[in-house]
Amino acid sequence: MLYVVVAYLWVSLYLYLILGGADFGVGIIELFTGKNNRSRVKNTAYKSIGPIWEANHMWLIIAIVVLFVGFPIIYSTLSIYLHIPLLLLLLGIIARGTAFAFRHYDAIDDEWQQVYNRIFQLSSLVTPFFLGIIAASTVSRQIDPSATSFLAAYVYSWWNPFGVAVGVFTMCISAYLASIYIIGEAGDKKFIDYLIRKAKVYFVLVLGAGSLVFTTAYWTGVPLFEWVFGGLVGQIAVLLATVSILILFWAATRYKSTLMRMCAAFQVLMILIAATYNHFPELILLADGSALSLVDQQSSEKTINVLAWGLLLGSIFILPFLFYLLYSFHKKSAFQDE
Amino acid sequence: MDDFIAARSQMAMSLGFHIIFACVGMVMPFFMAISHYRYLRTGDEIYKGLTKAWSKGVAILFATGAVSGTMLSFELGLLWPEFMKHAGPIFGMPFSLEGTAFFIEAIALGFFLYGWNRFNKWFHWATGVLVGISGLASGILVVAANAWMNSPAGFDYHEGVYSNIDPIAAMLNDAWFSQALHMVLAAFVSTGFTVAGMHALMILKRKNIEFHSKAFKIAATCGCIAALLQPISGDISAKDVAERQPTKLAAMEAHFDTEARAPFIIGGIVNEEEQKLDYAIKIPSLLSFLAHGDVNKPVTGLNEFPKENWPPVAITHYAFQLMITLGMLLCGLSLLYFIAIWKKQHWMHTNWFLRLFVFAIPLGFIALEAGWVVTEVGRQPWIIYGIMRTKDAVTPMPGIVYSFYIFTSVFVSLSAIVIFLLYRQLKMVGRLYDVTDPNFGIKSKS
Repeated sequence: MLYVVVAYLWVSLYLYLILGGADFGVGIIELFTGKNNRSRVKNTAYKSIGPIWEANHMWLIIAIVVLFVGFPIIYSTLSIYLHIPLLLLLLGIIARGTAFAFRHYDAIDDEWQQVYNRIFQLSSLVTPFFLGIIAASTVSRQIDPSATSFLAAYVYSWWNPFGVAVGVFTMCISAYLASIYIIGEAGDKKFIDYLIRKAKVYFVLVLGAGSLVFTTAYWTGVPLFEWVFGGLVGQIAVLLATVSILILFWAATRYKSTLMRMCAAFQVLMILIAATYNHFPELILLADGSALSLVDQQSSEKTINVLAWGLLLGSIFILPFLFYLLYSFHKKSAFQDE
Repeated sequence: MDDFIAARSQMAMSLGFHIIFACVGMVMPFFMAISHYRYLRTGDEIYKGLTKAWSKGVAILFATGAVSGTMLSFELGLLWPEFMKHAGPIFGMPFSLEGTAFFIEAIALGFFLYGWNRFNKWFHWATGVLVGISGLASGILVVAANAWMNSPAGFDYHEGVYSNIDPIAAMLNDAWFSQALHMVLAAFVSTGFTVAGMHALMILKRKNIEFHSKAFKIAATCGCIAALLQPISGDISAKDVAERQPTKLAAMEAHFDTEARAPFIIGGIVNEEEQKLDYAIKIPSLLSFLAHGDVNKPVTGLNEFPKENWPPVAITHYAFQLMITLGMLLCGLSLLYFIAIWKKQHWMHTNWFLRLFVFAIPLGFIALEAGWVVTEVGRQPWIIYGIMRTKDAVTPMPGIVYSFYIFTSVFVSLSAIVIFLLYRQLKMVGRLYDVTDPNFGIKSKS
């Protein structure tokens, strides 16, 4: 049953990365869109994520609950040494979620909209940055439970070039995902072309940030290159991701928005597999060379079993309902919002 | 402020705000569904407008409750990592089920808000009801986790080692039923009175009277029924607390010495040093009766326990007094309401009657917060009652006070914006929701 729980943890994180990531990306795109197109981007974004953004963010909560029920020591270690970036992530999530809801549900359309927009856009930019930093610090061997000074224990655990690079990478990935994701709701061809141009820019940024991640990893001694290219699984993942990029380019010329979305989601899947497969089941690599592993740190067998059953039963209720929601609102029919 | 106090304050404040967002978010969908049902049955467009207006309120509060809930799931670890390390695997069951319930709520709300004219009308109505049911289920499940902290179950404890963990037994702990019942009723009372009061205010202002009267009736009826049931649930809770957490009951009543025919104490100023209560009104034997159902049974006083295991007596006592006083006031108002419905219907249109409801807008929530203080402060000094002390659970990271300041400003501004948004929704009722209003449908930037 442990592997059921681990699978849920992994899948929740993946779904949060692509769905939540696309949510954040929508705000980033809005931020970097000129005045002329901004309201169109905003409306298209709303069409794409309006009915489901709260559901998207549930994946993070599920991952957190799985961590503290199934792997409490990992959860408490993260909570202690990554307190600051977690706090900043939280503030971003709060600001973003509420601003997004408030700007839609404010009954009066006045200058307050500008305030909500700004908060939404800026927090959309900042939140994935800290998400990336947190992800990076789990593998960068900077978390040091024996550290005595405040800086060593609570700041250098996450603040380093590799973490920053992964943070920037996560921002770029989010924007890239969103630019592909909202194409499906764009409507006319001219605007689709505009979004495809945007997607290409973000794609280049992803590549740039990606190479920055590898450079800083080498620099700070994180064996990322070895994890990704050192094993067959990593190599295949990279190969498949490259193929899917080509397919995506082809799909873009044919305006096949669903295929484009699938390719983008697939690329993130491959990145995540390549980055985590090699050190699985070790989730947190600590400064002293040891690691917190999902296998060693699991809670009692009974808890894991109950948790696994809870997740499985929950899925039976949730998934059909969720798919029906997505299906109903992504049909090409006229969108009615009342 | 030292870090421990800062951590406790931050947690108390976060929960104090979340509890309001969550309660409104779980009760308002029912009001919405009742109004929607009326619309579907009668075809009265006012009910349709009201349903939509309330659904906006639900959406605002749901979004706020969702993010404040996300914050809490992190704060548990950020502030109390030592507690979560041991408690997570034991009391995590309700949280994982709550995740499901909350997910369903989010999905159902998506269907409801965006589903007008898209689905079969009864399917659409059912998704609204499902929002309420799953919201209520989340609330009940979260209370199970809190109840476990008051009434630990489902594990063996020996010298710092937690063994034989049974998450299901932990979830089905002794305090769950009484706490969940009290919490659910409190949510209906506080939300019912707040919503009813706001609509009463609009009626007093002579704005969209028919619309607001319909709204007032739905909210007030729910709130008043719950307010009249609440004393029964309070009695169940009191008997339960007397048995499981005698220190909490003793602190609630500032009851220092064990005595038979213990009096029920109203008011008074707690004098912890001399261990007595000045200027209190005492009703003989009532506490023994309420706690044990027998006037002759002794009620255990605080002095039976070592002082280091006492909760803060004054805070617990004052909060308890506040809660029952407000609860009784609301019961009284509820009786008036039902008299008005059955015998004196003209009261409904009188200013004094509506003003009473306006006056009651904050009372339910103040009582709810006071009750929350009783259960949480009354549990101290324990985070897991009788097992782990709160001070042993706190994070080793220094500087929590800054995090407390940040969270305080976030919650205060969040609440201010929510109130601002609800006020603007109310202000726009004529244009957006009330078809009988001459301004209905006029879009303007004002």
